[in-house]
Amino acid sequence: MNLIVLFVAIPLGAAFLMPLLGRVARKIPDILANLANFSLLVLALLATKQGLVVYKIGGWEAVGGIPIGIYLVLDGLAVLMLLIVNVIGFLATFYSVAYMERYTDKPRYYTLFLLMIAGMNGVILSGDMFNIFVFMEIAAIASYALVAFGTEAEELEAAFKYQVLGTVASCFILFGIAIAYSLTGTLNMADMSRVIAQQGIGTPVFFVGTLFLVGFGLKAAIMPFHAWLPDAHPSAPAPISAMLSGVLIKAIGVYALCRVLFNVLGLGKVSSFLYILLVLGTLSMIAGSLLALGQRDFKRLLAYSSISQIGYIILAFGLGTPLGFLGGLFHLLNHATFKSLLFLNSGAVVYSTGNRDLKKMGGLSQRMPVTGTTSMIASMSISGIPPLSGFWSKLIIIIAAIQAQQFIFALLAVVVSIITLAYYLKVQKLAFFGKLGEAWQEIKEVPAVMCISMIILAVLCVGLGILLIPGIKAVILDPAVEVLYNGARYAQLILGS
Amino acid sequence: MIYLLCVLLLLIGLYGVLVKKNLIKIIIGLSIMEYALFLFFAVIGYREGGTAPIITKGFEKAVFVDPLPQALVLTAIVIGLAVTALLVSLAVRIYEKHGTFDIRKIRRLKG
Repeated sequence: MNLIVLFVAIPLGAAFLMPLLGRVARKIPDILANLANFSLLVLALLATKQGLVVYKIGGWEAVGGIPIGIYLVLDGLAVLMLLIVNVIGFLATFYSVAYMERYTDKPRYYTLFLLMIAGMNGVILSGDMFNIFVFMEIAAIASYALVAFGTEAEELEAAFKYQVLGTVASCFILFGIAIAYSLTGTLNMADMSRVIAQQGIGTPVFFVGTLFLVGFGLKAAIMPFHAWLPDAHPSAPAPISAMLSGVLIKAIGVYALCRVLFNVLGLGKVSSFLYILLVLGTLSMIAGSLLALGQRDFKRLLAYSSISQIGYIILAFGLGTPLGFLGGLFHLLNHATFKSLLFLNSGAVVYSTGNRDLKKMGGLSQRMPVTGTTSMIASMSISGIPPLSGFWSKLIIIIAAIQAQQFIFALLAVVVSIITLAYYLKVQKLAFFGKLGEAWQEIKEVPAVMCISMIILAVLCVGLGILLIPGIKAVILDPAVEVLYNGARYAQLILGS
Repeated sequence: MIYLLCVLLLLIGLYGVLVKKNLIKIIIGLSIMEYALFLFFAVIGYREGGTAPIITKGFEKAVFVDPLPQALVLTAIVIGLAVTALLVSLAVRIYEKHGTFDIRKIRRLKG
């Protein structure tokens, strides 16, 4: 079954139709975008049953065991990422129906949104290095434009900063691809992995690995490369902030980094390189949480919190044990749900009050019960309060760190978890509890479509813990962990099919 | 040797991005970085005494240059065009808001 091409084809096609049909009737952009994203969601759910699929575009078979065509690969890790991208993507589109009413140009907004989804799905499914680069640029350029969508002074400034750093990152990645190609003479990821395994991991492979670490690290906003994120993510419209923080930095940052380092370059068993990930992850975990503590702007606080949580994921991957990968991937999934929910909450607050400054809010729960309750659930989940989903993933990461004898990193993970709780309690106290401010006596709860998106995400935050029940774990999480842990098997599986 | 020149060009571009205070000069720096990489790709594909990779009469056994990097460079140039166009249009909008290209005077975002 070759349905996996549709993951790229549907959003690209819808993005093409949007400007053509968008002006015909007022409701068409909403319907088209939601239809496209809903069909992607259904496809992503169907993909969980697929097992390994290798699709050769144009039917170009391998010649003498060397692949020559463009491959799309659907394996355990890709299924997990597709689920994340398309579930959050659909909920964010649904939310946009009401939220984007106040912006003037809905068709263009949806066009960029769908291009971003197409790019992310492409990165996840791509089986060769250069297509990862091309799809990554599609997603990234769409996101630069979306950050600047409001065209106010702050938004333009943030978008410019974001794009300059994003382009520098792309240059590093392209440089890495060029050197990897000259080393191996192939661009197919499975073939490249096979050749590198034969040649052995020498200094050039480490150099390529470092280039990719800097490039994808910039896209993922890991600590020394994080400066653009706190400007770019809050400046975008709320559904886009949710997509950028919840999904984009994971799909074109963390996912691409892991895929290249562990599956292609085979660095998953090299302890010195893993230690770099461990240290960088811990750095961003600590610095992100400390910087978040001092923020007054609701969305900016959430952006710093994203840096901190990405740190957890990188830290878990840096442990290099199966349990570490399980914790990292599960936290990646959980972070996508609760961080998108929190950004949608902040969007709801901005929608009703027009204000992002936490100090000026207060008592909003009385007037906005749905927003208040869902943000409470998300805050508790991200801070790791049992039995919400965030608790389980953090627990696994900490246990994995102890198992790997990295006691200091385990201790730091616990400490940062407490700091996380502190700044989310601050959000709750300042924004949603206490006395209702004078200015907010008349505000109303946001429209029903926005509430529905937030409620679904809140249910996911509560319920995702069930993914750890052995029967369900074997379907979704275990295949993804297997892909990362046995990185070298990737080449055999793809080339053998 | 020519590889070193590519790296030098890349570093000149990076210098422009990091040090220059003018938005347009930053964009030019990024373009130089991209061109350095395009050149690098073209150099990778070069073979000593190679000809264009088209099999015609009399050239069946000739040494061909590697055509793949050239195809990649074409794609990368198109992407580079999109990046530059978007950056320049952002710079124009920023100039309309602030009346300057100097990044020291465009600092609304802090913290």
